[in-house]
Amino acid sequence: MEPKRVWRRKRAIPFRIPPHVPFLLPFAFLVTLFFFIPVILNILLAFTDMDFAMRWNFVGLESYFRFFTDRIIPKVLLNTVIYVLATLAINVGFGLVLGILSTYYVPENVGLLFRAIWLLPRMTPPVVYALLWLWVLDPTEYGLLNMLIGQRVNWTMQHPLGVVILVNGMVGASFGMIIFSAAVKSIPRDYIMAAQVDGASNWGIVRRIIIPLLRWPLMFVTSWQTLSLLASYEYILLVTDGGPFYKSEVWSLYAYHTAFSHQLYGYGAAIAMILVVVAIIITLLMLKIFGFRRLMELVGG
Amino acid sequence: MNRREERRYVAPTAFARWRRRLARTVPYLFLSLSCLPILSMYLWLFMSSLSSKVLFGFIPAEFTSRNWRFLWEPIQMGVTAHMSIWRATWNTLVFAFSVMLLVVLVATLAGFALARMQFKGRESIMRLIIVLHAFPGITLLIAIFYVLYFLTKATHIKFLDSLWGVALVKASLEIPWSAWIIKGFFDNIPWEVEWSAYIDGCNRFQAWYKVILPQLKPGIAAISIFSFLAGWGEFIYLYTFIFSEQNQTLSLLIKALIGEFRFTDYGLLAAVSLFYIFPVLVFFIFTQKGLMRVTVGGIKGGR
Repeated sequence: MEPKRVWRRKRAIPFRIPPHVPFLLPFAFLVTLFFFIPVILNILLAFTDMDFAMRWNFVGLESYFRFFTDRIIPKVLLNTVIYVLATLAINVGFGLVLGILSTYYVPENVGLLFRAIWLLPRMTPPVVYALLWLWVLDPTEYGLLNMLIGQRVNWTMQHPLGVVILVNGMVGASFGMIIFSAAVKSIPRDYIMAAQVDGASNWGIVRRIIIPLLRWPLMFVTSWQTLSLLASYEYILLVTDGGPFYKSEVWSLYAYHTAFSHQLYGYGAAIAMILVVVAIIITLLMLKIFGFRRLMELVGG
Repeated sequence: MNRREERRYVAPTAFARWRRRLARTVPYLFLSLSCLPILSMYLWLFMSSLSSKVLFGFIPAEFTSRNWRFLWEPIQMGVTAHMSIWRATWNTLVFAFSVMLLVVLVATLAGFALARMQFKGRESIMRLIIVLHAFPGITLLIAIFYVLYFLTKATHIKFLDSLWGVALVKASLEIPWSAWIIKGFFDNIPWEVEWSAYIDGCNRFQAWYKVILPQLKPGIAAISIFSFLAGWGEFIYLYTFIFSEQNQTLSLLIKALIGEFRFTDYGLLAAVSLFYIFPVLVFFIFTQKGLMRVTVGGIKGGR
């Protein structure tokens, strides 16, 4: 086949499948099956009272009305707010400290080592990471924390929400750390050198030059982590499972428990619906605020 | 302020010198201290897997191989025996490889179209990819459960309670980001390579398969490793969609073991966990430098 036919064929045959379609078909199929259809299904399911019998029984807005009579919901809502805000503070604040310290204050190799250590929890499969924490928080004298303070404290029972925040913060901080350290490294050296020549202190450079230049990464990490924290419950499920008595139950975990522990798929979908809507809004807002290009750079391509 | 700085520079007193030295060590001190809890956790994991008694959390007192007994005999709890570790390992491998193959196949196909072809809606698809990557798919778990249930009922093929079915879900979550990464690698291949393929008589698929993919090895390696590790470490989707014991993966086995041995046998738990995270640690040590950006970008939802 001579190459020219590739371009000529368009005129010769009135209709043909565009060349990109077969390449994109599997992608489109999977995305439709596991993103688009579930979004629509979730909307529909929230209008039913589907339970273990898996029957479509439309009941209108009943599931949504149920929020207001559900006595656990106010507790869950409060937990979610505390959990998200506190963990966000750790993830962004501590991530920022780690990101700046490991790039600006120490040599590259040393910084790399510290960052690698901080990445370990993120790389570790969730069950193993949870096991490590269960040992640290063990109520007997064998737990690390109890060994250090020399007392027997049942951490997961007495401070469930604090535990949940700590467990998630230790993984979450590394996200900010990586984004911020990359951003610090991309700051032109001239800015910092010029400030040093003018006699600025390290703290002055961090406060007046580095942090203002981290504006976009800061906003990005904040919005991204808000979204992750709202939606995620894997570590909570593994460490406290929302207990005791819903003291560490957050919104997403409550949806999960409703659907998969109590087999109330309809009500569970209604609880999750709010998360889906919030997630879609934050995602689209991020796209709007950061713009497509900058977002892609920040995510790291 | 400038004058003060200057004076200190010209004639630093002992106090000022000491202060400056201290200021220089503070970052090291802070970073080391912050890493201490993490390191101690992993040290404990290693030490307690080797010994039956651990002093102060880290000093192994009595070395034993009993914690590793799961390698040659099934784990017993009373009269019930857990599934053999090798069966669970096999299941985990099957799952992780299925995720990996699906991701690589679908992402390289889509990435090729996005990088090399001009068509209407190309920009919107790229926009969609980033939206999908940022969107926490875990919020759709209940609806995805119904999708799998429906597919099982409609086709009489097991999607629910089958490793392959869950792999399909997991792969779909990984695909948007992988497609984006691999598109970047496609962008770096010179057009001449592709043209030469057409001149030699290839069609688009042949060019993709025979000429371009072989040039793409580093990119394929990157998305393979990360989708494999994502599958290897997966917990929540398996935990929700797998019911029968014969389909248990290592993550589910460990979850079950934690429930039973938490207060009685940390040594066993540590040994099984170490066995489970071994491939992760190997990848971590060898790919550590390139890992930084990629890991963070590749994380979906909850971390």
